[in-house]
Amino acid sequence: MSELRVEALTHTYSAGTPFEKTAIENISLTIPSGQFVGLLGHTGSGKSTFIQHLNALLKPTGGTVYVDGEDINKDKKSRRAVKNKVGLVFQYPEYQLFEETVFADIAFGPRNMGLEKAEIEQRVREAAHFVGVEEELMERSPLELSGGQKRRVAIAGVIAMRPGILILDEPTAGLDPAGCRQIMDNICTYRRESGATVIIVSHNMDDAARLTERLIVFDHGHIAMDGSPEEIFSKPEKLVEIGLAVPQATRLAMALREKGVALEGAVFTHGQLMAALKGVGVC
Amino acid sequence: MLKDVTLGQYFPGNTVTHRLDPRTKILLLILLIVAIFMAGGWVGNGLMIAVTAVCMIVSRIKPRSIFKGLKPMLFIIVFTSALNLFYTEGTPVFPGWIITWEGLERSAKMVLRIVLLITDTFLLTYTTSPIALTDGMERLLSPLKKIRVPVHEITMMISMALRFIPTLIEETDKIMSAQKARGADFETGGLVKRAKALIPILVPLFVSSFRRADELAVAMESRCYHGGEGRTRMKQLRFAPRDLWALLLGAALLAGVIVLRQFGL
Repeated sequence: MSELRVEALTHTYSAGTPFEKTAIENISLTIPSGQFVGLLGHTGSGKSTFIQHLNALLKPTGGTVYVDGEDINKDKKSRRAVKNKVGLVFQYPEYQLFEETVFADIAFGPRNMGLEKAEIEQRVREAAHFVGVEEELMERSPLELSGGQKRRVAIAGVIAMRPGILILDEPTAGLDPAGCRQIMDNICTYRRESGATVIIVSHNMDDAARLTERLIVFDHGHIAMDGSPEEIFSKPEKLVEIGLAVPQATRLAMALREKGVALEGAVFTHGQLMAALKGVGVC
Repeated sequence: MLKDVTLGQYFPGNTVTHRLDPRTKILLLILLIVAIFMAGGWVGNGLMIAVTAVCMIVSRIKPRSIFKGLKPMLFIIVFTSALNLFYTEGTPVFPGWIITWEGLERSAKMVLRIVLLITDTFLLTYTTSPIALTDGMERLLSPLKKIRVPVHEITMMISMALRFIPTLIEETDKIMSAQKARGADFETGGLVKRAKALIPILVPLFVSSFRRADELAVAMESRCYHGGEGRTRMKQLRFAPRDLWALLLGAALLAGVIVLRQFGL
């Protein structure tokens, strides 16, 4: 339940050396409290650099990030405090697990916040519940779990801090379809029950189309497109031009339109495709 | 922050030094090191400075990159020179002072010696790729195979370790960011607290290193790697006339320094 505002954010790596590289340039946007946002863009488009600014892991070389109206880079204290408000789950988060038990690992974040023991315990149980980690796993070593379970424990470790803004960098990368669905369901549950803002970086266009309310497309360190999934996927040609995939339903609709089938409206989910096909009397 | 490691970095190029056989360069370095220690007087030391400078110019290595490499050694250099400065007996610089003329001369020579040693070693690593270097080492050490020293395995381990240094640095950076995002604090607190704060980095780093080693072993085995026996090379090392000349020059330099030493120069 936090509002995020970014003003003229610029980040240049290794400034002043021959390796200087501007990863993002002059990014401005506002994400209202509770919005479900998808970030799209191919590798090297600046997405990862951007999200690492949102909890002050990276210091901007230009511009300001505000969380609930406060500049998160104001001083050392605010740089630390923002980490409790903005939870960031990195790509392949299971590689950060280190404690002896699942419980202790999920409790690492709350412990760093300096909470009481009872409060920590309650938050750990709650977070484990959100991601569907069963009670009997809590005393096992996180290293013994399966890939999907590890991933969910790692996400629980961030959720246990009860962030008002939850950011996930490709949370489903490298998982099987069942694991992907489960993780996406967990995230949706957390969002519904906590009311948190969720920002998700994804390469899965079908998920992006189905779940999010707003899509932001990055290209070469700039925002190329910003709008609802309807708006974004009604211009599939632009996405293709940037080098991104479009959802399966959109791809099929594009192909049909090329063949002369006059489908109506934006098509990016299977339901919409079916409706559009019915509209022209195909089925 | 961790990306500033220059120790042993290779600068690709196409100078005579780059083209020399790695075996020649390793042998030359040994000759140079012996010569540096044999040089007694200022004439001999001056000769060594001149030779190192010529090598730097020939291989187009900028003095700046040498200075950057010297920085981590600064403590050792200062420490040795201080030790020599204060603990050498002789005529004091001023009456009653602990610092003597002899001490001044000795500590200056010590500093020069260390700087030359490091610079010459950097000349080798700056102009030779790690792979070529370990190849050369393997060939030079191959007589030891007769007494059952696993030379191939040792050099293979060295080249793999060198190969994975950047990977590990990148990995460490990533894990640090992930734990910082969970509120880990690496910057404040006393020694014990800071050492404890390293656990969340070291455990995942170890786990992933073992995983990576395992994967690498499987990948090597599935490409039929089974040690050095009968293994051929993509890049054959060839001794060219220039290698002979370089070695002769190196030997002549060492002989010259020894002769100078006899005359107390």
